[in-house]
Amino acid sequence: MHEKRNGSAHLLVADDNKVNRLLLTRSLEMQGHRVASAENGRVALEMLRREVFDLMLLDMEMPEMDGFEVLQQLSNDLQLRDLPVIVTSSLESVDSIVRCIELGAEDYLHKPVNPVLLKARIDTSLEKKRLRDQMKEMVRRFATPEVAQDLQQSGFSLGGKRVIGSVMFSDIRDSTSLAESQPPEETIDLLNTYYTLMFDAISGHGGIVTMMAGDGLMAVFGAPITLPDHGESAVRAALEMIELVELFNLERDALAKPRIRIGIGIATGEMVAGYAGTSKRATYTCIGNVVNLAERLESHTKVAQRAILVDGATRAALGERLQVEALGPVQFKGKSISVDVFSVNVGQKAAAS
Amino acid sequence: MAEPTIDLATYEALEQTVGEEFVSELVDTFLADAPRMIDDLRGSLAARDADRFRRAAHSLKSNSNTFGAHMLGAMARDLELNGLARAEADGAPLDALAREYSLVAAALKELRDA
Repeated sequence: MHEKRNGSAHLLVADDNKVNRLLLTRSLEMQGHRVASAENGRVALEMLRREVFDLMLLDMEMPEMDGFEVLQQLSNDLQLRDLPVIVTSSLESVDSIVRCIELGAEDYLHKPVNPVLLKARIDTSLEKKRLRDQMKEMVRRFATPEVAQDLQQSGFSLGGKRVIGSVMFSDIRDSTSLAESQPPEETIDLLNTYYTLMFDAISGHGGIVTMMAGDGLMAVFGAPITLPDHGESAVRAALEMIELVELFNLERDALAKPRIRIGIGIATGEMVAGYAGTSKRATYTCIGNVVNLAERLESHTKVAQRAILVDGATRAALGERLQVEALGPVQFKGKSISVDVFSVNVGQKAAAS
Repeated sequence: MAEPTIDLATYEALEQTVGEEFVSELVDTFLADAPRMIDDLRGSLAARDADRFRRAAHSLKSNSNTFGAHMLGAMARDLELNGLARAEADGAPLDALAREYSLVAAALKELRDA
């Protein structure tokens, strides 16, 4: 990201008229931005493709390539379509202004541009861009490329929607004694490797990690994009996680380091999924009874001495394709009714047969 | 004419926003560019190039308003909106615009050198 904390950004001014170009450039420089300028749409597009800009101020009436065509080309360009564009023109018809907005312009400023309005609109646009960049960065880190793409296309908005999906919680067993047995640097290395393996298994089966805390993580299958077999996908991801931890342990055996064990709980049902937070900082999350249940199941792996525990709905989604063992009903703390718990037999191939 | 050649409030606000020195440079740029825009209006009228005519009028309007030359801006806007038809009816609008421009140019030079 080019933009710096102090609000200085890299801006492009596209205007064929020299007086307008000089005046806008000067005003923006006085507001602390770095400014480049182009004398027509064609030159502006060339510059946008060569350099990274945070925002463009675009005049509409220009020779060679006018502002409308620039907006059109930007909207067809995956790399550039998120660039905020503020149209600065003295167009005479409301229709033209509407057309700019429809073509994706973020705002419209009538010329001669009022410097106070100019500053306000630019600050707002840059703030919106900062939020979008943050979201994209978060999605890039936590989601598969397909999910990230889907989110980018559908746009981000705070607030949740009801979805049916599967939630997974996973944790390293006895992590406290493990952490005490080695220097902190080694624990960080261990966690990095561990998370890399877990993320790979989860995203490989269509899930996204929505939370990491210490050595635990939460993942969702079936949101934000629907996954027809979210229950089975979650269980297959869990089996792969166990396989990968086993491989990791073989390496650790060779280095005479203690083995790690993980416990995984999975529950399936309706939840509310979406972005929660403020306009400045938001995270994708899921909320509902099914989330609590998955957490309880994960915790219960210690009691049951099993690696993967699932609820009845998840078990039903598996059919006969994977072997499970019914452990009978368990009364969880804080739950009014007991829950049928099933253990998934480890050592089964994670990949779908 | 009730409308002053240059609206001083607009001109001084511009000076306050970007600095006197910069406005002087801006005036120089305008004085260099505007005659070309007027030539462009005449040329595109002769060539019956409506797009070029509208663009030249649009630029002149925009710059005039920047410096507070609202009368000149209004004349250019009239040409922008009504296009070749207005200027073709008789040549007078362009001549009137050129006359107003010489007043604006003189006033801007005076303000710049003040």
